[in-house]
Amino acid sequence: MIWTIHILNGVAYGMLLFLIAAGLSLIYGLMKILNLTHGSFYLFGGYIGLTVMQKTGSFVLALLVAAVAIGLIGAAIERLFLRRFHLDELPQTLLTFGFLFIFSDLALWLWGGDPLMLDTPHFFERSVPLGEYAYPLYRLFLIAVGSVIAGGLWWFQEHTRLGTMLRAGVDDAEIARALGINVSVLFTLVFAAGAALASFGGVLAAPELSLYPGADFDTLILAFVVIIVGGLGSLRGALAGALLVGILDDLGKAFFPQFALFTVFVPMAVILVVRPTGLFGRR
Amino acid sequence: MTGRAVRLAAIVLALAFLLALPELVRPYYVGLATRMMIFAIFAMSLDLLLGYTGLASLGHAADFGVGAYAVALLVLRWGVASAFAFPAALIAATATGALLAPLALRARGSYFLMITFALSQVLWSVAFGWRTLTNGDDGMPGVPRPSFGFPLDGTDPFYYFVLVLAALAALALVAIVRSPFGRALRGIRESESRMQALGYDVWRYQFAAFVLAAGFAGLAGALYAYFNRFVGPEYLYVIQSAEALIMVILGGAGTLVGPALGAGIIVFLEDFVSSMTEHWVLVLGVIYVLVTLFAPRGLIGLVNDFRQRRAEP
Repeated sequence: MIWTIHILNGVAYGMLLFLIAAGLSLIYGLMKILNLTHGSFYLFGGYIGLTVMQKTGSFVLALLVAAVAIGLIGAAIERLFLRRFHLDELPQTLLTFGFLFIFSDLALWLWGGDPLMLDTPHFFERSVPLGEYAYPLYRLFLIAVGSVIAGGLWWFQEHTRLGTMLRAGVDDAEIARALGINVSVLFTLVFAAGAALASFGGVLAAPELSLYPGADFDTLILAFVVIIVGGLGSLRGALAGALLVGILDDLGKAFFPQFALFTVFVPMAVILVVRPTGLFGRR
Repeated sequence: MTGRAVRLAAIVLALAFLLALPELVRPYYVGLATRMMIFAIFAMSLDLLLGYTGLASLGHAADFGVGAYAVALLVLRWGVASAFAFPAALIAATATGALLAPLALRARGSYFLMITFALSQVLWSVAFGWRTLTNGDDGMPGVPRPSFGFPLDGTDPFYYFVLVLAALAALALVAIVRSPFGRALRGIRESESRMQALGYDVWRYQFAAFVLAAGFAGLAGALYAYFNRFVGPEYLYVIQSAEALIMVILGGAGTLVGPALGAGIIVFLEDFVSSMTEHWVLVLGVIYVLVTLFAPRGLIGLVNDFRQRRAEP
């Protein structure tokens, strides 16, 4: 039974990681930008959600406001800065790095250095029996939300017009442009949507994991591991990688607390050696 | 005067100035200059990877930190004489590079950046988490400076010690980038596949560059541990790697002078900004954005543009 609990914990955490890694991976797949600011989108989103929750008491409103605010910030960064260096990897990475630092310090300024926790939404503040244990309902809710979003993203990518354009853009942006797809708008949309997804992750994570200075870097690193394992540019890879990393991280924290990250990084190293482009990445 | 003579004169003047510096300024600035030179070594070592080999590492602090932790652990935990700990630290950092290189070199471009980042954070998490060995985030104070028959405890003797080592490191790096090996690295930066076709074992050259860069970074790390008489996990943290990256790019990647200048500027700015506000990280972020927007090829690039514009009116 204890194993079921660890697996459930891992999957719940994995779903949060998926929300962050999915955007990171799609943004890279479409425009070849390694967006380091993604860690900030997660943390800033969480903080904004926290403030909205404190002011209004509504978790849904917290999620929405954070997603809209971070989506707009993401769109602005893409339009005003990243666009100038289309397909020039190093300057783009440096820019997103600069913004990671700027947001990191702003967050420290605005919300202070102490870890902050969001109150668990009232409805989920209970446990369900699981064998001889009681399991927090909120984590099951996380798993459900993550599954719904993953399913929704997949459906969107496979069955909508915009999703088809997205796949075309990932495959070959030049040809997609030549076929009359407005790649420019697509870039901004995907960047904003990826940012909003990360902020969703931040708000959803806040009742379970605290928000603290440095959470942006910590989360970014795990999201990197997820897409190294799963492969850049692949939704399936992001999901598989996120679940694997979530479970390994939970087991590591439970059994080797001093070397928690090792249980995540050793498998990453093995996968790198065997398949440098990740489980689902293309050559 | 020819370009060569001008350059020689500039080097002689700079050396004379650096030698006389402790007589000219207050001890505080001698300390600041020591830090600048330590980070100049660090930035030049990264440039060997970024500027000459075309590998953008976001985990160079790993080797820097290993050099620093090695001197601290060897002396404070295992009682090794500090004169032995110093060369041992260089070996430890080089060995770390040799261990990490095969993993990192599985990938290129963004993947390489992510992997070096992730690997360096693993080392950081060890330094941070293994409290019984490293004291975790409290760090290890009281790292004694080595003694090679002359004491290095004063500000001035340590300054000269670092000056000599920085000069030697710079000479060694200049020799490396001018050698056939260095030319091959530049060839690899321009086109891996072409060098492969010419019969070069590209992987081995990249591996060698990675390991050499790690060794020089370890030298800088060990010196920094001596300078502060302290090591802490922040030596290995991504911000340290990121600072090195911006030093190289601000100065001008692919020239050794540029990164050394960039290191001096960033260290000076950090000192200056930190004395006025706590928000150094914010300022560093803004520097990143500004440099990328306005001087993507660094200060050396700006100077070259200016020269070219004057040459062809």
